[in-house]
Amino acid sequence: MTAVWITVAGLCVTTACIKAFGPVVFGGRALPTLLARVIPLLAPALLAALVVTETLGGVGRTLVIDARIGGLLAAAVAISRRWPLAVVVLCAAATTALLRAVG
Amino acid sequence: MAPTATAPTAPTVGERSEGQRVLAGLRAGVPYGVASLLLGVSFGVLARPVLGPVATIVMSVVVFAGSAQFAALAVLSAGGGAAAAIVAGMLLNLRFVPMGIAIAPSLRAGPLGRALRGQALVDASWALANRGDGRFDSEFLVGSTLAQYPAWVGGTVLGALAGGDLGDPRSLGLDAIFPAFFLGLLVTELRRPQARLVAALGAGIALVLIPFTPAGVPIIAAAVAVFLPLGPRR
Repeated sequence: MTAVWITVAGLCVTTACIKAFGPVVFGGRALPTLLARVIPLLAPALLAALVVTETLGGVGRTLVIDARIGGLLAAAVAISRRWPLAVVVLCAAATTALLRAVG
Repeated sequence: MAPTATAPTAPTVGERSEGQRVLAGLRAGVPYGVASLLLGVSFGVLARPVLGPVATIVMSVVVFAGSAQFAALAVLSAGGGAAAAIVAGMLLNLRFVPMGIAIAPSLRAGPLGRALRGQALVDASWALANRGDGRFDSEFLVGSTLAQYPAWVGGTVLGALAGGDLGDPRSLGLDAIFPAFFLGLLVTELRRPQARLVAALGAGIALVLIPFTPAGVPIIAAAVAVFLPLGPRR
């Protein structure tokens, strides 16, 4: 039980510090030129990595191929039809659930 | 392929008052709030047997970082200690360092005000508030997060209390919500060819590292991909 509360407190403090770091240290002035040039590309890099880790990441250091891939494909179809994001994520969940039910 | 836009684009900074921009962000954040609610429910359901209902809810209230909470939970469920759980969560949160540096020049406030605004950093809000030219609308970002925070906490409460009655989050496919959510955000970022190249490299870096590094590291390492267009070919 204690480990649980230490984790909650530790994550609370570290998350707040990590989120404050950039704004406090780099705030109120222009970024160095190199950073300013690459920052607009951060979103595609990080989001693409998040798609990969959330689709293929397993428990521990493992790659897992499972029904989430079907869900992601369903999401891609929904996105290409310009459906709202809430619908996109529901399509992904429903497809994954269906694949697990029949698999 | 024509770029698709699932997210409403934010207005140009300076066109509207701060209050109006917070409201615009709030409206843009609603669909992401719905997703946060579903993710919150799945976190609540999964965390309750490990953390107990009270700590599960308190964690969502005071931490408010979904992927870090899931990572810490995974460590504790596997029998790991608090230190390992905190480190796992921190690794996933480290992406907020580059994201925070990116929004820093757009924040008009003293250090404390900037630190507070930084707390509104979550993936969806950050991507939504991005103007694409390196500038961010911080009021829009705060508004968008205001739409997601109550949903995340409310979802957690629902999941932690109703728990087992809702069924197994995996059999409901709730774990597929995250990648779908990030894909939806990613697609709106791919208008420029350079962005597509960087996204492909970022995905590749993450894929290669997953089997060899703790969770979180593949995501942070993918940030290196932004330096690709600065390479010798240019």
